[in-house]
Amino acid sequence: MAEIGGALINSKAQQFSAEVISNKRVGAYNHMVFAVNELAHHCRPGNFVAVLVGGASSSMVLRRAFAIYRASLRSDGVGLLELVVAANGNGSKWLAAQLPGSFVDLIAPLGTAFGIPTEPVNALLVGGGYGSAPLFALAEILKGRGCRVDMVLGASVAGKIYAPLEGKRSVNSLTITTEDASAGISGRVSDVLPDLIREHKVDVIYSCGPMAMLEAITKISQSHEILHQCSVEESMACGIGVCMTCVLPVEGDDGITRMTRSCIEGPVMDGNKVLWGHSREIPEGVWGR
Amino acid sequence: MSFNYSTSLAGAFFANPIFTASGCAGSGKELAHFFPLSSLGAVVTKSIMIKPRSGRATPRMAETPSGMLNSIGLQGPGIDIFLENDIPWLRDQGARIIVSIAGESVEEYAVLSRKLRNVPGISAVEVNISCPNVENRGQVFACNPDTAAAAIAAARRNIGGELPIIAKLSPDVTDIVAIAGSVIDAGADGLALINTLLGMVIDTNSMLPRLSQKTGGLSGPAIRPIAVRAIYQVRAVYPKIPIVGMGGVTSGRDAFELVLAGANAVSVGTATFGDPMAVIQIKNELEELCSIRGFTSFSDAVGFAHRNGGQ
Repeated sequence: MAEIGGALINSKAQQFSAEVISNKRVGAYNHMVFAVNELAHHCRPGNFVAVLVGGASSSMVLRRAFAIYRASLRSDGVGLLELVVAANGNGSKWLAAQLPGSFVDLIAPLGTAFGIPTEPVNALLVGGGYGSAPLFALAEILKGRGCRVDMVLGASVAGKIYAPLEGKRSVNSLTITTEDASAGISGRVSDVLPDLIREHKVDVIYSCGPMAMLEAITKISQSHEILHQCSVEESMACGIGVCMTCVLPVEGDDGITRMTRSCIEGPVMDGNKVLWGHSREIPEGVWGR
Repeated sequence: MSFNYSTSLAGAFFANPIFTASGCAGSGKELAHFFPLSSLGAVVTKSIMIKPRSGRATPRMAETPSGMLNSIGLQGPGIDIFLENDIPWLRDQGARIIVSIAGESVEEYAVLSRKLRNVPGISAVEVNISCPNVENRGQVFACNPDTAAAAIAAARRNIGGELPIIAKLSPDVTDIVAIAGSVIDAGADGLALINTLLGMVIDTNSMLPRLSQKTGGLSGPAIRPIAVRAIYQVRAVYPKIPIVGMGGVTSGRDAFELVLAGANAVSVGTATFGDPMAVIQIKNELEELCSIRGFTSFSDAVGFAHRNGGQ
């Protein structure tokens, strides 16, 4: 990792006006499909999309980032890009309200992707809420490489678990946790991880979800001395590396900890290299503090 | 007849008047993925300080109606690494370069200026004086005529030669014309109008300030009328001083508004966050709009709203 600005934007990133071709409500979320060009071919699990919201006269000036759920190229050459949208804020509400036939300005693929092992390993995929979105395409790739793939999905309530039928087919086991016990095991994903790690002899954890969850998983992965690749969630303004909003303290290969852009050197990062729990402060020892 | 789109600022020539705004395009590496930087009038780099800076803690940003607050805190690698890496790279791109500098004391502006004086390939230096002055209880240089002048005079004394100095002013003042006069007297060759305005957002869920620094700089279309007003007021008193206008420009029409108020060039900032191609679209739209309004030379449109006393 070089100094600030040394890492580069995803070389395949393109700006594209994409037609909405499907928009379906699934539980608490909207599953949306966009028609794009060959950029779909370059999307990897973990990459994200930066979407312009609100239309031409909108008062919302910043892009919204969404993890890519799936990306594929149809036989006719049309690319399909699929997102899982949680309509929480005004921007995502606008996006979730776009009907088939409307066009949306997006930039993709952005950011880093989950690393795929060259040898078959035992992988545990952990998703919080809509953080499960990028994990199903990842599961398929890992299965294709001969990996054992177990999955844990957690949320506050059952309606916020995103686990489509076709996604479940690509995993060896699926464990659900909800904090209100409305589905699966009562509690959080971190409650069930130690047993699953032992039971399935897990070599690597892949995770995506709220930062507190990623921090908790990092502690568990460290105590079990296994790898942890996590997709972090920091609020972004641009998604392309210019605004310096989405930074978090990350230790570089040179041992120096810098405020690092999660849109360029993330969202997928080595959980062991992130200094967790430092929102609202710059930790001691960070370069240039 | 072909349209003459060029502009000049205190002897520095630019093929067109559309620049990036400092802090909204890094050193150009990311935008170069979307278009050649040589197609811009100039790249104005993120304000650089003497030492590496981590910037402020997160959250650093909050979207607001037609704008955003930021408290990035000038995260950057420091002038030495910047000069070693970013400037040669920008020169290789064929970009016109305006380097923005920021200091925490008068002496820091002097040191930064000395480091820049013999660097080849720089067209001008923007002196960002919207920084807390550690020698004056953290009061922002730009908010007081004397400290604003002191910072500019230090840059002027140390920059030497013919490198134009552009003083970037804050609109958070009682009389921006008085500050403008003060920095012009101190040796500023041009003005950059306007920096962000200090604002604040309180999260009504946590019931605490949204940003870790509590306050942040407001930018985006919400502040455009303030930019137009500031440029117009300063231009009315200083008919010759070069002005780089900025503040919420998202279209050629917006840029034209700042030009009519008196801007010799226009920087595009927050719009880039929404659209990396915004600066190119604005460049094309402004050129077309100037032609539609009957101008054959961009420079004829500068300050055109002042004719007949603005009536």
